[in-house]
Amino acid sequence: MADIYWSALQSLLTLDHLLYLGVGVVLGLMVGIFPGLGGIAGLSLLIPFLYGMDPVSALAMLIGLVAVIPTSDTFTSVLMGIPGSSASQATILDGFPLAKKGEAARALSAAFSASLVGGLIGAAILTGFVLAARPIILAFGSAELFMLAVLGLSMVGVLSGSSLAKGLSACALGLVVGSIGAAPATGEIRMVFGIYYLYDGVPLVVVGLGIFAFPEIIDLLRQERSIAQGAKLGAGWLAGLKDMLRNWAIWLRCSALGTLVGAIPGLGGSVVDWIAYGHVVQTSRDKSNYGSGDIRGVIAPESANNAKEGGGLMPTLLFGIPGSGSMAIFLGGMVLLGIQPGPSMVSTNLDLTYTIIWSLALANVLGAGLCLALAQPIAKLTTIRFTLLAPFMIMVISFAAFQATRELYDLVFLFLVGLLGVFLKRFGWPRPAFLIGFVLAGQAETYLYQAVQFYGWSFFSRTGVMIIIAITLVSVWLGSRSRVGEQGVVRAAPAGAAAAEEKPILPRRPQAVFAALMLALSVYALVGAWQKSFLGGIFPLLAAAAAFIFSALLLGAILFGRQGNSAHYDQEHQEPFRELGTAGLWLNIAWFAGLLVASALVGFVLALVGFFIAFLRIRAEVSWPRTIALTAAGVGLMLLLGYFLVLDFPRGLLQDIVRLPWPLR
Amino acid sequence: MMSRSLTRRSFMAAAAALAVSVAGAPAPAPAADFSGQTIEWIIPYGTGGGSDVWARFVAPYLTKYLPGNPTVVVQNVPGGGSITGTNQFAQRARPDGLTILGTSGSTQFPYLLGDPRVQYEYRDWEVVLASPTGGVVYTNPEFGIESAADMAKLRDHELIYASQGATSLDLVPLLAFKVMELNFRPVFGFEGRGPGRLAFERGETNIDYQTSSAYLSNVVPLVEEGKAVPLFSWGALDAEGNVVRDPTFPDLPSFPEAYEMMAGEPPSGIWYDAWLAFFTSGFAAQKMVFLPQGTPDDIVEAYRQAFTQMAQDPEFQAEGKEVLGDYVQGTGDMAERMLDLAINVPDEARQEVIDWLKTEYNAEL
Repeated sequence: MADIYWSALQSLLTLDHLLYLGVGVVLGLMVGIFPGLGGIAGLSLLIPFLYGMDPVSALAMLIGLVAVIPTSDTFTSVLMGIPGSSASQATILDGFPLAKKGEAARALSAAFSASLVGGLIGAAILTGFVLAARPIILAFGSAELFMLAVLGLSMVGVLSGSSLAKGLSACALGLVVGSIGAAPATGEIRMVFGIYYLYDGVPLVVVGLGIFAFPEIIDLLRQERSIAQGAKLGAGWLAGLKDMLRNWAIWLRCSALGTLVGAIPGLGGSVVDWIAYGHVVQTSRDKSNYGSGDIRGVIAPESANNAKEGGGLMPTLLFGIPGSGSMAIFLGGMVLLGIQPGPSMVSTNLDLTYTIIWSLALANVLGAGLCLALAQPIAKLTTIRFTLLAPFMIMVISFAAFQATRELYDLVFLFLVGLLGVFLKRFGWPRPAFLIGFVLAGQAETYLYQAVQFYGWSFFSRTGVMIIIAITLVSVWLGSRSRVGEQGVVRAAPAGAAAAEEKPILPRRPQAVFAALMLALSVYALVGAWQKSFLGGIFPLLAAAAAFIFSALLLGAILFGRQGNSAHYDQEHQEPFRELGTAGLWLNIAWFAGLLVASALVGFVLALVGFFIAFLRIRAEVSWPRTIALTAAGVGLMLLLGYFLVLDFPRGLLQDIVRLPWPLR
Repeated sequence: MMSRSLTRRSFMAAAAALAVSVAGAPAPAPAADFSGQTIEWIIPYGTGGGSDVWARFVAPYLTKYLPGNPTVVVQNVPGGGSITGTNQFAQRARPDGLTILGTSGSTQFPYLLGDPRVQYEYRDWEVVLASPTGGVVYTNPEFGIESAADMAKLRDHELIYASQGATSLDLVPLLAFKVMELNFRPVFGFEGRGPGRLAFERGETNIDYQTSSAYLSNVVPLVEEGKAVPLFSWGALDAEGNVVRDPTFPDLPSFPEAYEMMAGEPPSGIWYDAWLAFFTSGFAAQKMVFLPQGTPDDIVEAYRQAFTQMAQDPEFQAEGKEVLGDYVQGTGDMAERMLDLAINVPDEARQEVIDWLKTEYNAEL
């Protein structure tokens, strides 16, 4: 065994193989920086070269690409608040506030070094367990997976901000939105409003971008500032390295956690960052800074999401079942190379398995090294006047969103979910709680139904289930000791009572209207679910009932609660928005709506040209030469990506009438 | 162009005619020339999945054998279970041979079942390749069954099957179990055959099937350990449209054979007709390549010849065995016949299946 292990390293350490590994890493870095692209785009660029390559070089190249993506996707998460991929959504919660404080380089280098150790630990665990992992993976059946989803949902407590009612409402709302589309048990279609796009549900990429990135862009635009307050950069990359070394206990735990979550097929890579984040908040003594720039909130998800690739390789290699999205692509590449994953990967093909593990480790070192070198210069982006950066960011999130299905509807729902995100943010409904509900809705429903079908309700007495229930209870208890929120406010005494003295009297109508709208939505969902068959409707029925109860309670608190109750939180009455006036909110949303409407009329590319010019001239008041240069840069980048990735852009009415050449078609 | 309303009998006559024409003079060189052009191959599925891998494997051979050696790029348009991308092809593709479509069984099924989202019509298009695949049904050894010969014993047990959904490719196993009058209960919501196999290994289910390559790499080791017993393969279609043994699994009976071993007579009736139609469009002609409506004959001919030459390429045959399984690719007129069998479900059988899906599984269409 050991000789195969070392000879695999030896065969990898030739110039040829290292070169291919490097190609994979550099390419992964380039596409990984773009939100929503990631491994899928990288693979389609690499596939044409796989033919005739020896398996070791090809595997090294593929792994190089896959391994670096959870590292490089951190750039936009930290610098711009745009989730680089679904595995680094939680990084935003503390990473972006750090960038706003001018500490982007510190946050990035802490994130990259945490990614490095996470990736290495993942590879090490993979080495140790790959021969024995089969029974572990088989131990997680539908019942255990359902309880893991419940464990994930129990994190809502710590992600709920100062108002538990808002947290629970947001989570239940997320569950309702997450159950849009086909029912897993019967295939019945739920809440699609006759829109075929919704048959598959709203894509996670679109929800992540809409909930997190969209509201941030709008609010930054209103403030007319750079991302880094005062356009100044503070602590640099060395500080981030020290942060990482100091918090060794966090990344050690979160890496192990990430590997385990990655190894369980069916849980998916999109929850691993939330579980790690929730875990570190729960187990921290001082929680006061989470959500407003605590470096631990960056280190935890970043070490976990790199480690998950090592874990994700176990089901991929042993069972041919991908543990995450990028693993699905790696699997396709393996099949193209003529390698069929299965038990042979730990017998006759063990040398290939070890090659893959070594490649994973080397790629992590190389990828993190490159990213670290880039951290300091790229952090300067945060000092640019935001009105100049905004059109690029709006372009990037639109581009990322329509990677989901490449339809105009991706943009429509980015806008709609974005609007929801704006109001969730404004009224202090914790957005992470919404996202947790959304992500786990499908899993909770599917695995509960399957568990009951397989074992009846006695599935609760299975050993694995009982263990996870115990972990859940401990986690809730840990979290409830002193709850902390997205806004970083420690809940002292009954909700908001202490803060009442300093808070001025606030108008309650906007919050009340929003809560009433959410209440109406839950009633709509309730009625819809009632008309389905029992198996197709029971889960959305329960989710909608929960949303109804919590938002009704919240509405009560808003209307009749004492002045200063946390239910009354309205960002418009906080600094710095108090002076800005709500009109600016709508005006900036209108810019985005303009791009959307123009895309529907003349297609995305032409609309983008018009949007850039109009925005830079009117909103940013930039001279014509600079406007033209920036427009050319933005649109040119888009076309370059479209060309290399063989993409068509969303079409408008114009394209239905006239046949246009690429890229306008 | 040949008539598309073939019956099984005229199919046999046509097959005989084909045998003659193949043996005769080579077809004239087509006039179409793709020098310096790029062909966009639309795959209505995501990157890395079965259809994507199939297209990316085949694409270089298309470059090699099309006149002028054009670049072939695979364009993934996922969404709506392949309906979105296929609709786009139906609405937008120009008949110039520069845009082609690759479909799979889950593109055919919603068409056959009358899904309201489907805006495409297979009869409009020109089929130039039909790639078959197969599958093997296996069960738990604890029922004391050693082969398909003992299958009557299965009727004494409740069979639990992990399924992706009643209207997915799993319609084929569900119909097979129904034809065999087994006492079966599908549990839905699985994301693929892989997780379904895991559920079998955990003992959550006791009957399962895997497609050929997954069966070879992941179930054969279970059979060797005594943890699974193979029952039958779906089978494959011969040139006359009969179900014969799957060439990848010559030792296993095909489904109709297994039925006969169990029931003493060959399968027949409306449910078997339904099984046969959905088996053809889900497995025997699972992945097909189409050109848009109205494509000039010389272009269609160029594609047909390219795929025919590909199927004879020794390199393709050797490598294809690994990636696509050991099957005869349906090219030339054979592809048309396979398409014909795949989309012409007898109306009565189709309605019966739709009603059954609705009442038994609440499947909305």
